[in-house]
Order: sequence, then structure tokens, then C-alpha cells
Amino acid sequence: MRLQARFRWLPTPFRSLFLFMVWLLLNNSVSVGHLVLATIFAIFIPLLSFSLREPQPLILRPGLALKQLLIVLYDIIVANLQVALLILGPSKNLRPAFIKVPIDLTHDMPITILASSVSLTPGTVSAEVYPIAESLPEGEEPTQRYLLIHVLDLKDEEALIKQIKQRYEAPLKEIFQC
Amino acid sequence: MISEWVVSILLLFGGTFILIGSIGLIKLPDFFMRLHGPTKATTLGMASMLIAAMVYFVNSGHGLSVREILITIFLLITAPISGYMLIKSAIHHKLKAKEGTKGLDNVEDD
Repeated sequence: MRLQARFRWLPTPFRSLFLFMVWLLLNNSVSVGHLVLATIFAIFIPLLSFSLREPQPLILRPGLALKQLLIVLYDIIVANLQVALLILGPSKNLRPAFIKVPIDLTHDMPITILASSVSLTPGTVSAEVYPIAESLPEGEEPTQRYLLIHVLDLKDEEALIKQIKQRYEAPLKEIFQC
Repeated sequence: MISEWVVSILLLFGGTFILIGSIGLIKLPDFFMRLHGPTKATTLGMASMLIAAMVYFVNSGHGLSVREILITIFLLITAPISGYMLIKSAIHHKLKAKEGTKGLDNVEDD
């Protein structure tokens, strides 16, 4: 895991790239003026806002991140078909459940990405990360974190936990190297 | 001609998903289950409608417009967050879950 970027003037390289792309997409143009403006924004907005945020792990494996993005997009489509069938089917057959998934990730950013991918995919919505940060004494790190998720139709708890850990958490650990 | 087909199929696909998501909102028995509709089905539905809009405007001679991709990205980023805030406040208010919901003891008080 690395919190500090290689160059001090570019603290969050991928956020800069994202800002650059967003500006060009917003203006729907690649004229020289917009390219220059996008570069200025991409460099100065992260510099200004960096000191306001807690440092988060950097993406160290961009190729893998792209692959994971495609996997999640694919899962979103499949999950939607599944959820659509569940919604249209008789609702008394559904077996809703709250389950706790132990997670090994430690920083806010990877945990947020994990929780979001869980929310967008197979019949699960993430609800909470335990232990709640505010309930801990100041400056103390919890030993084991859990992600509380609500499942629309629970078939096999063990299998679901294993799937989440393998399909979504393991690649994130690789990407951020933590 | 082909683009018309693509646009129609994408619109129908998106519309169907938004409809199903909304049906889920009415039909499912408790708040936690109802959340599954809007966080998933509606997001995909909106995405395919926006892509349909993009294809349509490319073919009607307005030039390539890529802002729809941005809307899709922002939707994908924000939908889980709003779902998370909703379910968090539902837990805080101790809303009743449907009878027979497993693992209720996993929910801690806050």
C-alpha cells in the first residue's frame, strides 16, 4: 500500500486523469483551449483539495482496476436480471437476511468501493461498516471490520460471503496492494 | 434503420427496468427489501436510456454528444451512496423488517 504519490505536485494521479476526462466530456470538445483548461484543473484541483482529505491508498495496478470495473459492469447487468425476476416473482418466497461479511480492507476509499460494488450487484445492499468509527476511542484502529449487508433472497450465506470476498474484495486488495 | 432498432431496443430495455424497479417499490413487504429496486434496476434502466439518447443524437445529425456517459458514471457512483444513507437511517430509526428476516441480531444499535 502506498499513500504518497511519486510526484508531490501530482498527489492523486488517477483523480487528476478523471478530472481531465470529466472536463472534456462536460464540454464535449477536444479543442486546444479546453485541453489546456482541463490540464490546469486536473493539476490544481487535487493540489488544493489534497490537504483537506485523509490520504487514501493509491491505485497501484491500473490494468487490474480496469478489468475489475468491467467485471462489476457485467455483474450489474446480470444482477439486474436476477433482481427483476425476484421482484416479479411471488414476494412471500423471498428470504431476506442481514449478514455480516468480515473484510480485510483498512482504508475508507477501498471500503467505499467495495460497499458500492456490493450495493450495485447480486441482490445485496450494503448497510453499515462495523465497528462504527465514531464509537471507537480516538485514534484507535479496530482489529476486524465487518460489512453489514442486506440480502433480498439468501440461499447460502457461506457461499455469498465467499463470492463477495473473492470476486470483489480480493481484486481490490490487489489494486491497492493492501 | 439499424440505429432506430438499437434506440428502440435500448429504450424498451431501460423502460422495462425502471418499471420493474418501481413495481418493486410498491410490491415488496418491507423498507429494506424495497431499497433493492431503486439501487439496482433503476440505475441500469437510466443507463440504457441515456445510451439510447446518445445513439439517437449521433444519428440525427447533431454530432457526437458524450455528456450522457458522464451522467451514467455519476449515477453509478451516487446510487449506492444514497442507498447506503437510506438504509443507515432506516437502521437508526429501527424500522421493522419483514418477519422471518434472518440475521437481525447482526444489526447493532448505533
